[in-house]
Amino acid sequence: MQTRRDLIKHSAVVAGLLAAALPLGAQAQAAGGFNRAAFDAKTMDELLKALGLGKPVESREVTLTGPDIAENGAVVPLAVASSAAGVKRLLLLVEKNPNILAGLFEVSDAVEPNMSTRVKMGQTSNVYAVAITADNKVLFAQKEVKVTLGGCGG
Amino acid sequence: MADPMRIRAQAQNGNAVVRVLMSHEMETGQRKDAAGKTIPAWHITEVTAQLNGKTVLTAQWGPAISKNPFLQFTVKGAKAGDKITISWVDNRGDKRTDEATVA
Repeated sequence: MQTRRDLIKHSAVVAGLLAAALPLGAQAQAAGGFNRAAFDAKTMDELLKALGLGKPVESREVTLTGPDIAENGAVVPLAVASSAAGVKRLLLLVEKNPNILAGLFEVSDAVEPNMSTRVKMGQTSNVYAVAITADNKVLFAQKEVKVTLGGCGG
Repeated sequence: MADPMRIRAQAQNGNAVVRVLMSHEMETGQRKDAAGKTIPAWHITEVTAQLNGKTVLTAQWGPAISKNPFLQFTVKGAKAGDKITISWVDNRGDKRTDEATVA
């Protein structure tokens, strides 16, 4: 027979379990804001792990447009676009930068999966445009951009 | 804070091409000042774009985005007279919102 004491003890155990589980849930939700782990990643592997993504596949459905030689590493215009179906996110990576992820765009149905911005590149490096689809396919395109004047003021 | 963003939104074939120029230092945290002390990172972390109050695009940016960030994107189904709102938040918690009308 369950006594009142047992009931309270049981609730406390359940509450304890929930409390332990909640921080994990909250952390997963924090990824909706600024994803610090992704922006601290130094290599492609670290970045994929921080974003929970599988192995990327090179694809013609992703395009990366930019100069072959950047006049000024502090301002390199790059455009990422994807013609794949159901693209949810577009990422811009500069391989040889101190942190590989330059920017991340969450694409809704109301915008074309096509964004342009300008990034800083510390040195000549491969640049990657990565598209992530709704079913978590990771597609990418790459391009080497030569930099004559480094972009980090150093 | 800082200068207003320059936003140009042009209707084109049922869409609007939006170009934004934001005013922000975007310090990487890698530079050192004259005394040799590292200048702390100060950069926009999140950008939100809205069409008539509905969010259409969000972006997360690291310090590798250039100073005075430029952003161009195309919003589907926008027409002249629609309102484009761009907001950003930086890692110090400062924020800024500006709007423009699609031409």
